[in-house]
Amino acid sequence: MQSAQTSFENLRKDFPILARKVRDNKSLVYLDNASTTQKPNQVIDAITDYYQNHNANIHRAVYALAEEATEAFESTRDKVAKFINIKNREEIIFVRGTTEAINLVAYAWGRSNVKEGDIIVSTEYEHHSNIVPWQLLTQEKHAKIEYIGMDDNGELILDDLDKLLDTGKVKLVAFSLMSNVLGTITDVEKIIAKCKAKGVLTLVDGAQAVPHMKVDVEKLGCDFFAFSGHKMLGPTGIGVLWVRKQVLETMNPFHGGGDMIREVHKYETTWNDLPYKFEAGTPNIADVVGLGAAIDYLTKLGMDNVRQHEVELTQYAIDKLSQVKGLQIYGTKDITKRGGVISFNFADVHPHDVAQIIDEEGIAVRSGHHCAQVLMERLNVAATSRASFYIYNTKDEVDALVNSLNKVARIFKL
Amino acid sequence: MSSNADIYHEMIIDYSRNPVNYGEIENPDVTFHDSNPLCGDSIDIDMKIDDNKVSDIKFHGKGCAICMACSSVLTEITKGKSIDDVRNIEKNDVLSELGLEHLQAVRIKCALLSLKVLKSALYSYLGKHMKDSKDVDKLKEEAASLY
Repeated sequence: MQSAQTSFENLRKDFPILARKVRDNKSLVYLDNASTTQKPNQVIDAITDYYQNHNANIHRAVYALAEEATEAFESTRDKVAKFINIKNREEIIFVRGTTEAINLVAYAWGRSNVKEGDIIVSTEYEHHSNIVPWQLLTQEKHAKIEYIGMDDNGELILDDLDKLLDTGKVKLVAFSLMSNVLGTITDVEKIIAKCKAKGVLTLVDGAQAVPHMKVDVEKLGCDFFAFSGHKMLGPTGIGVLWVRKQVLETMNPFHGGGDMIREVHKYETTWNDLPYKFEAGTPNIADVVGLGAAIDYLTKLGMDNVRQHEVELTQYAIDKLSQVKGLQIYGTKDITKRGGVISFNFADVHPHDVAQIIDEEGIAVRSGHHCAQVLMERLNVAATSRASFYIYNTKDEVDALVNSLNKVARIFKL
Repeated sequence: MSSNADIYHEMIIDYSRNPVNYGEIENPDVTFHDSNPLCGDSIDIDMKIDDNKVSDIKFHGKGCAICMACSSVLTEITKGKSIDDVRNIEKNDVLSELGLEHLQAVRIKCALLSLKVLKSALYSYLGKHMKDSKDVDKLKEEAASLY
């Protein structure tokens, strides 16, 4: 069998942006994929084609264009269902992204289910989008937010969860399938089994995992699942929330407006069927179509191949970066437990300075707190530099990153 | 066009490696803290004020080389100055000391975080000692126009 590395090299031609030069005519080395990924022609063309040939509002009008637009929109719902294995398509709600998905749950489920004294559990390595909505909700309801701690290896301390569940007050455990800073892959089966045993609902933030590995939502057995399109080759402004039907049926609407109603009278309204009850207003049709094209692209590659490519690349990068004197990598080095995200600090140089100096070499890495300040506090750092990989990244690009760090060392006299 | 990495000249590296007036003041007359929400950099400034003059100033916190160098320079500029003179310190007074007048937009907040903290500290000190409501209004206006 060909290694995933070789077979993935040809796909760079699908991404026009990867051919451009930045700064002083340097080749772009894009290593900020945990933040957002680049888009292949297939996705860009699908959006253009939608606007050039099929644009109309969906679900109502009877003319040809509206029928085509509706078909393009609704067929993406089926693609999502197949991609992450969901049995009931009516459990899939299109939203702006993971952030909106979690806020929808906090609002439409949380406000009628969380009471004074209840506990919502998050984790120390969550993105702000899986902390702040719960803070807002618990403050409003005089409930509490508690955290599953993280050990020095970057893995969750499940004893913390046991203790919290034993209080009998936990209503929901919300956690990410993969940390956006450390790349840690959460031991999701164990967490969900513990919660199920106590009848506690679980929300899984799949924003970092869905783009990078095969995810089977039915098998996971969680109650809420969210991910974003733009981190998996799709356009910005589109994401998915899945809610188990038994739970979804009990939830009040999030936004009121068109498309989410059955009948509206002066003083009362009845709701549309699922999932439309939760999709008020004209949705982001074009970007749903773009997401469909992104799913097609990834399906063709095969998610197991995507994971294999990243395992090879991440292992290579960890090996290379570990040889750089003064460079500290955070999180586990066990490649089976982490995705293609590497957070590091270089001696005492601030990550902003690292990012700016290597940007001159065309290398795009993220520096800062990565919307995970609770984790930064836990690591006792103000910020980290983060390199994150995707299908189009190569070992040569990892070498370019490592070489660029020499320049940092030179300027800062390390 | 000069390269963005040119900002990392000797002075910046030296100041960031060996910050001046770094630390805390015991029983300061005024202290203020602020952070940059985008990058998490955070700066605290303590001041002693005697006879309407900043007799001592120290800063501490976490930040990039630009942030630390600018904080150092700012405390050097401020120390010994009258309150009115400190009130009139402008962005370029700090930036020009380090040749950072053309810093790219994304980094300008790194450079000016400490100035924002200094001005906020000063306004909170002045606010407490002002009696005339007109003066307070003027101060509020000045504070609002900080950035």
